[in-house]
Amino acid sequence: MRVTVTVNGTTETHDVETRMLLVHYLREVRGLTGTNIGCDTTSCGACTVLLDGESVKSCTLLAVQADGGEITTIEGMAAPDGTLHPIQQAFHEHHGLQCGFCTPGMVMAVASLLKEHPDPTEAEVREGLEGNLCRCTGYHNIVQAVLAAAHSGELVP
Amino acid sequence: MSAAVLEEHGAAGVVGTRMLRREDPALLSGEARFVHDLVVPGALHMAVVRSPYAHARITSVDVSAALGMPGVVAALTGADLAAEWASAMPCAWPVTADMQSPKHLPVAVDEACYTGDAVAVVLAGSQAEAQDAAAAVAVGYEELPAAVDLEDAARDDALAHVDAPSNRAYTWELVPDPDAVRRAFDEAAVTVKERYRQQRLIPAAMEPRGVCVVPQPFGGEFVVYSSTQIPHILRTMLGLTTGVPEDRIRVIAPSVGGGFGSKLDVYAEELLCLALARRLRRPVRWSEERSEAAQATIHGRGQVQEIELAADADGRVQAVRVHLLADMGAYLQLVTPGVPILGAFLYHGTYDVPAYSFTCTGVFTNKTPTDAYRGAGRPEATYAIERAMDALARKLGMDPAELRRRNYIGADRFPYSSVAGLVFDSGDYEAALDKALELVGYDALRHEQAQRRSDGATKLLGVGLSSYVEMCGLAPSRVLASLHYVAGGWETATVRMLPTGKVQVVTGATPHGQGHVTSWSMIVADKLGVLPDDVEVLHSDTGLSPLGLDTYGSRSLSVGGTAIALAADRLVDKARLLAAHRLEAAPEDLELSDGQFVVRGSPSTSIGIGTLAFEAFTAHDLPEGMEPNLEASATYDPTNFTFPFGTHVAVVEVDTETGRVDLVRYVGVDDCGNQINPLIVDGQVHGGIAQGVAQALYEEASYDERGNLLTTTLADYLVPAASELPSFTLGRTVTPSPSNPLGVKGVGEAGTIASTPAVVNAVVDALSHLGVEDLEMPVTPERVWRSIGASAPVQGGAR
Ligand code: FES
Ligand code: FES
Repeated sequence: MRVTVTVNGTTETHDVETRMLLVHYLREVRGLTGTNIGCDTTSCGACTVLLDGESVKSCTLLAVQADGGEITTIEGMAAPDGTLHPIQQAFHEHHGLQCGFCTPGMVMAVASLLKEHPDPTEAEVREGLEGNLCRCTGYHNIVQAVLAAAHSGELVP
Repeated sequence: MSAAVLEEHGAAGVVGTRMLRREDPALLSGEARFVHDLVVPGALHMAVVRSPYAHARITSVDVSAALGMPGVVAALTGADLAAEWASAMPCAWPVTADMQSPKHLPVAVDEACYTGDAVAVVLAGSQAEAQDAAAAVAVGYEELPAAVDLEDAARDDALAHVDAPSNRAYTWELVPDPDAVRRAFDEAAVTVKERYRQQRLIPAAMEPRGVCVVPQPFGGEFVVYSSTQIPHILRTMLGLTTGVPEDRIRVIAPSVGGGFGSKLDVYAEELLCLALARRLRRPVRWSEERSEAAQATIHGRGQVQEIELAADADGRVQAVRVHLLADMGAYLQLVTPGVPILGAFLYHGTYDVPAYSFTCTGVFTNKTPTDAYRGAGRPEATYAIERAMDALARKLGMDPAELRRRNYIGADRFPYSSVAGLVFDSGDYEAALDKALELVGYDALRHEQAQRRSDGATKLLGVGLSSYVEMCGLAPSRVLASLHYVAGGWETATVRMLPTGKVQVVTGATPHGQGHVTSWSMIVADKLGVLPDDVEVLHSDTGLSPLGLDTYGSRSLSVGGTAIALAADRLVDKARLLAAHRLEAAPEDLELSDGQFVVRGSPSTSIGIGTLAFEAFTAHDLPEGMEPNLEASATYDPTNFTFPFGTHVAVVEVDTETGRVDLVRYVGVDDCGNQINPLIVDGQVHGGIAQGVAQALYEEASYDERGNLLTTTLADYLVPAASELPSFTLGRTVTPSPSNPLGVKGVGEAGTIASTPAVVNAVVDALSHLGVEDLEMPVTPERVWRSIGASAPVQGGAR
């Protein structure tokens, strides 16, 4: 089946199997391997991307469901000159990542969280990231990074 | 950033600063490559057919249907593959001379010994095709009685391996003076005898494992990409098990998404991908699925512990006696039998105990093999002694902080020769306790606890302490020899300067999230007076870093970092001779400051180390006999372990109506000696605490009576999310280690070791006036709720 999807601003059309998951489409067809796969039960959030501005777990959707949609993956977050997005920068400054495997999904989930709650409390951050697991950081520094990003004044609402 | 830090700190250097990690940009941008991300044209995908039975005879394996499926290139049974193995799967730690180790092949031939044991493999053009075909392999099984429960297995109720004489792998003892122990118990004013269950845990690194082997068709090497903590050990073991000469194997661990010990192993899939790439002359890859990981990757813990304390009337502990049953699972993996032994020396914890007895029996069961999981033996030891100390405090009616204080090894006693035969390098346990109590506001909490009890509140407060000491920096090779470990414990490093003044560090330590590149470049930057960003760190690739013993046991900094520091010192020594030659000064009159060799007393006469690197490269004018280039190597074999320590305090709220436990506050005071980068130290402690809390409250790999694993997905196995944890308050004391020149101790496992007993002690503390004395882990609401119903209130208690 033919799907046309805009990923990080680039629109392409491809023939894909109807059973192909969006995450596999992004990784294998579009070659964007920043989005990770950490589970097979939609539990970990490593595969989180933005679809039309909303965060989705790309292992729960079929590629064909994204037809006509606009997707942002982790590769689309930094500026073309390599300047990190304020959320990425906050993760860097607050040591919000260790092995970095959960990080792409976590950053995308945060992007969506901060769009809905531009000024979240710590509890709201923790609740809002419930669907994204991290085994390395104990979440402490991730939460600090999110609060710092929210208060950096650099996020475009 | 690092330039700014250096500017700010000047000659004081970057070591000790919270320099941001150099690893981050690649990981934050999606640029980093994990094994699963590698694009390898023409690779075959392997799927593994796994036993659905915990224990079964394999009566037939029919691959014909699978072979007819789309994309399938090969489907092979254990018998088909038997000739591929030069030796069985390796166990590197035969802890006793008579240890039993059942033969373990990557694919079982006649007997499957746990659910998940491999019985056949399928290779196809895509992962989906391989998986579809794997489902079409028809295996005949005759189910056998399974040894599931650890204590039943210890009684040989069912044999885990039909041909084995018993389920006992080994019995290991450390009883320096049996009479002293007996006397201490005979004469004790108070004794406690406790029994704890260390449930099995699934390490659950967020990146499942992956392997990809690329053969070079024209007589070259096999490049093995693996999500591993141990590329160097793996290369040797792959050579021994497959017969591919070691020099023809290059192992690369690209970005590795966490390990926690679970990737400190040699796995069937690694052997299989290599053997199949050799057999089929094609690249072969395998990506572990999460539900597969739950069974095919090692588990941690799995012990039944019995601990007894004998104390005098003042609460001074005179003897500790421990009996362990340790669940090996179905086979001995790389260091399975040694895990309880890593804890064997630490069951007296931070306390000055004169008599000691430790016995452990390793037992086979029909479950996933266990092996090292964050802390490996030391969390178990700390849990037992710290829970037992609280039991003793209750029995004595003494505050648990006071009991600990009375028993600590005093700060004036170091180096301290322990009853178990170790020499603890340095410590000040009471200082860490004091700081933790102050940070948490201990007295106020006790007051509030009493208040809530007397108010009859349904949300009770509990405060739990845990003081720990661990042996880290694995390890002095001679000590490993005495423990029958087959390898050494050194680490090696090379530091070289390139012609333009840039620096390369080659290390055998292998990071998987710890930020080694940042820390190593900080150490070398300060030694040479260059910017951390100018230091390239080569690691995790046996082609670039041919020798090494990799990363586990909180060893990277104290052993690997020390090797780097020593190599850098040697490079500076050579540079100094060259500088003396160029400046026409005596070497001993030169000072290296901010990258410049300056003649003492004549500050205008100087030469930069970068200039010297170029001159050493051109070699046009070197002192007589000096070899070109600035390069030096060092291999460091530690003379002792390091002994990090600390005290953690957990504060919980327990709802007596629902049994719900909320971890409301958490304070951790750790002493890991000198710190290279406190930002990274904090991160290690945070993550460690979360993993230990997870054992206390959430996680368990549960099996049914037939040996089926019930928690195969992240929906059933409850790795905590952000919403289940609080923020942590950290404090630190600094007692440098005299065991190595950096004065460092290691911190990767501290949080996990400390937090589990702190949390369980807190829950028991909340309920102690109701007569609750113990709660099995994980402390679920149901267990709490039942315990409240089952216990009789303490006489004279507040209710
Ligand atoms: S891969 Fe785990 S939620 Fe999508
Ligand atoms: S940083 Fe490793 S899983 Fe989050």
